[in-house]
Amino acid sequence: MLLQQIINGIVAGSAYALFALGFTLTFGVLKIVNLTYGFYFSAGAYLALFATLHGAPITLALPFAAIAAGFIAVFLDSALLSRLRRQQAPELASLMVTLGATLFLYTGMTALIGSEIQRFPLGLIESAPFRFNGASISLTQIAIVMTAGLLAAGLIGVLRATRTGLAMRAMAENPQAGELMGIDTGAIMRRVSFLCGAIAGASGVLIGLEHNAITPYMGETMALKGFAVIILGGLGDVGGALIAGLLIGLLEALTAGYISSIYKDAVGFLLLVLTLWARPFGLFGRASVRRA
Amino acid sequence: MPAALDDFLWTYQSLIASLGVNGLLALSMYVVLAIGQLSLGQAAFMGVGAYASALLSLHTGLPFPLELAAAMLIPAAFALAIGAPTLRLSGVYLALATIGLGELLRIFLIQSDFTGGALGLSGIPAKAGFTLIYGCLAAATLALMLITRSRIGRAMEAIREDETAAAVSGVDLPRYKMTALVVSAMLAGLAGALNAHASSFIGPNDYGFDAAVTILSYALLGGVGSPFGSLAGALVLTLLPEILRPLQDFRLVVNGAIIVVAVLYMPHGLIPWRPLRIGARP
Amino acid sequence: MSAAPLLSIKGLTLRYGGLAAIEDFDLSVTEGALDALIGPNGAGKTSLFNLISGLTRQDEGEICLGGARIDRLSPSQRARRGLARTFQNLRLFAEMTAIENVLVGMHLHVGGSLIEILTRLGRFRKAERAAVEAARELLAFVGLSPSEYAPAGSLSYGDQRRLEIARALAAKPKLLLLDEPAAGMNPAETAALRLLLEKLRAQNISMLLVEHDMSLVMRLCDTITVLNFGRKIAEGPPDAVRADPAVMEAYLGVRGAAHVRGDSA
Ligand SMILES: Nc1ncnc2c1ncn2[C@@H]1O[C@H](COP(=O)(O)OP(=O)(O)OP(=O)(O)O)[C@@H](O)[C@H]1O
Ligand SMILES: [Mg+2]
Repeated sequence: MLLQQIINGIVAGSAYALFALGFTLTFGVLKIVNLTYGFYFSAGAYLALFATLHGAPITLALPFAAIAAGFIAVFLDSALLSRLRRQQAPELASLMVTLGATLFLYTGMTALIGSEIQRFPLGLIESAPFRFNGASISLTQIAIVMTAGLLAAGLIGVLRATRTGLAMRAMAENPQAGELMGIDTGAIMRRVSFLCGAIAGASGVLIGLEHNAITPYMGETMALKGFAVIILGGLGDVGGALIAGLLIGLLEALTAGYISSIYKDAVGFLLLVLTLWARPFGLFGRASVRRA
Repeated sequence: MPAALDDFLWTYQSLIASLGVNGLLALSMYVVLAIGQLSLGQAAFMGVGAYASALLSLHTGLPFPLELAAAMLIPAAFALAIGAPTLRLSGVYLALATIGLGELLRIFLIQSDFTGGALGLSGIPAKAGFTLIYGCLAAATLALMLITRSRIGRAMEAIREDETAAAVSGVDLPRYKMTALVVSAMLAGLAGALNAHASSFIGPNDYGFDAAVTILSYALLGGVGSPFGSLAGALVLTLLPEILRPLQDFRLVVNGAIIVVAVLYMPHGLIPWRPLRIGARP
Repeated sequence: MSAAPLLSIKGLTLRYGGLAAIEDFDLSVTEGALDALIGPNGAGKTSLFNLISGLTRQDEGEICLGGARIDRLSPSQRARRGLARTFQNLRLFAEMTAIENVLVGMHLHVGGSLIEILTRLGRFRKAERAAVEAARELLAFVGLSPSEYAPAGSLSYGDQRRLEIARALAAKPKLLLLDEPAAGMNPAETAALRLLLEKLRAQNISMLLVEHDMSLVMRLCDTITVLNFGRKIAEGPPDAVRADPAVMEAYLGVRGAAHVRGDSA
């Protein structure tokens, strides 16, 4: 029983982490909390649903949805945020714009396609779970855990070891200085937006498969969880997001198993509030506050 | 009262009440935006005030003014607890923490039997008439207008424009930010209590994320140069769906679009008035 | 010279990651002095001002103003103790009028309790009118009378610099920190600025001036402190500093290499 709780926790936690990786990366490099991020998650799931309903295998539908979500992210970023960046508007302006856009996009999407739960076609993916020691795990669940781990490792590798990664980190430190050093900041921003959109889209597909329930607002629910993950992990900290996601997933599973499933959803937000009190820069963040 | 007016008030009873309540909510948003902070907890503060006063009405014989006081003080305590750790950090943290507060509240309200669970509370006595609602709204508007026109309002405007420059000019940032958040929580709590006692029913889903964003759209549409801007925003966005019935289904789509357009293209909102301070003009 | 210096800094250190922006730095400014702080780009001058005014916290060392430690106080508390500053990259309240900018500078000195504000009693009106009168005088003092009601953002660069000085003076500071007040000014504006600084000195306001315009610094200042890579490399009266070989080297050696720098204020 405990084993199953832990597996459930790791799967849920990997899902949170997977989603939060792009979320925290957007903040780390672009220095904004982009609330439309959750929408790319929903969009990814619907795009894959659309593709599979038209006969595409999941191996095709998944990359299609990820790439399309990436382009949506690039488009929305340039439509909503490039102007504010040029004006060097305060960070809350971008937060508010993405907030308004989020509301617009979700409600618009609901108006267009309705809010009924939709499901992937049967037999899209091997659904019989692997069993061992009385516990079980499905293929999708394994995919989620693997993707989250590999993606986090990959992102950290890219940030540390490639030129683009170096440029991203330089921009995260100081955009103006980055520009002076000859970095094409516009191109980097587009790449980061694309990457983040694609991560959100792909995680939408995987998590949509796992729950097999797709609704327009699935991204909003996930984004709310995502806040807890990125704050607990430290805003902009990719490795932190992975660990924070797993932690929240495990704690939720244990709460559901041993206390009451009623309070499962409160775990994340409770951790969020506690983190802000005790370690505002995240589990691994700097303890000192050097701000005006 | 002339019969025609009486009829009118009767027909539009709930609309008139919600105009006043939304006006108070817009003012509560204004207080925070006026110092350049963003709170997405206005709906949660409103919910806390609504539930606190409704529970007091249903279970105790407390005089109504005391219930209203509780409906303001309890959200104020929440604001203190949320503000203390976040207000010294960048504005993003307050925004995210207040979203967290809203979600915690919703989960708690749905799960707790004491608050009626998912069904909410009904049969709340109708103690809040138009006179009370609009009296509160008028008093709050007047007070905020006078404050905006004083050195306090000047300091608030300075914080909104450049908080670093304001701080080295001697403006006590932590104190201003905390006071603004607490006052805004009190106004939202009051609005919640009045709403609960005007509509007789409240539910756990009235105070979620969508409500928070709607309150924000009031203030951004109207502009935060003066309290009147936010009031005008609430007026327009409450009446618009009533006048244009087809808009009703797209109410939230419109609110979302308004926020985007207001931030990108009309940073001063519909009412770009500047406060009339002594000596500010020739 | 009076016994205790107005500003005294000991062992001040500020690190950004591995890089020390200010390292083991000592400084004292006596009452009534007009001292200068110079150094090549990126030397740490602005960082030092940010430390003194409380926008950043030091990693080590202490800062005393008028004999009392201020290094743990918030910026506004330091302003209350008599510290005011201007910014290298102008930080005016762009949408507020010139006179309102100065009135914000007076924040600490304008009275009026909440009750008085809400009732608009005579006392409140009187305090506001007196503040407006004082603000007008300050604007006249820095030569901005014609622009009293212009939005600060619409003023010319030189006028914005003077408005920042007026706003800082409005706080009635004991010590005024000026970060490159002549930057971007034309020669006529610079000459006017020099007169202004001399008038301030005559009013016994102590000043610490960061400036790249050497002729201005050499003519005006009592003591010059030279900073390079966050460390003090020379200190003394203008003539001695001008002749110091270490100073020559710092300037000639670094001026050529363009420095990528980020401003933190
Ligand atoms: N927020 C920051 N983060 C990291 N490094 C910083 C930060 N602020 C300043 N620095 C670094 O500290 C050093 C000192 O910078 P500072 O702005 O104090 O120099 P300065 O003497 O004022 O130069 P200038 O004459 O160009 O204004 C520089 O190397 C700069 O890059
Ligand atoms: Mg500088």
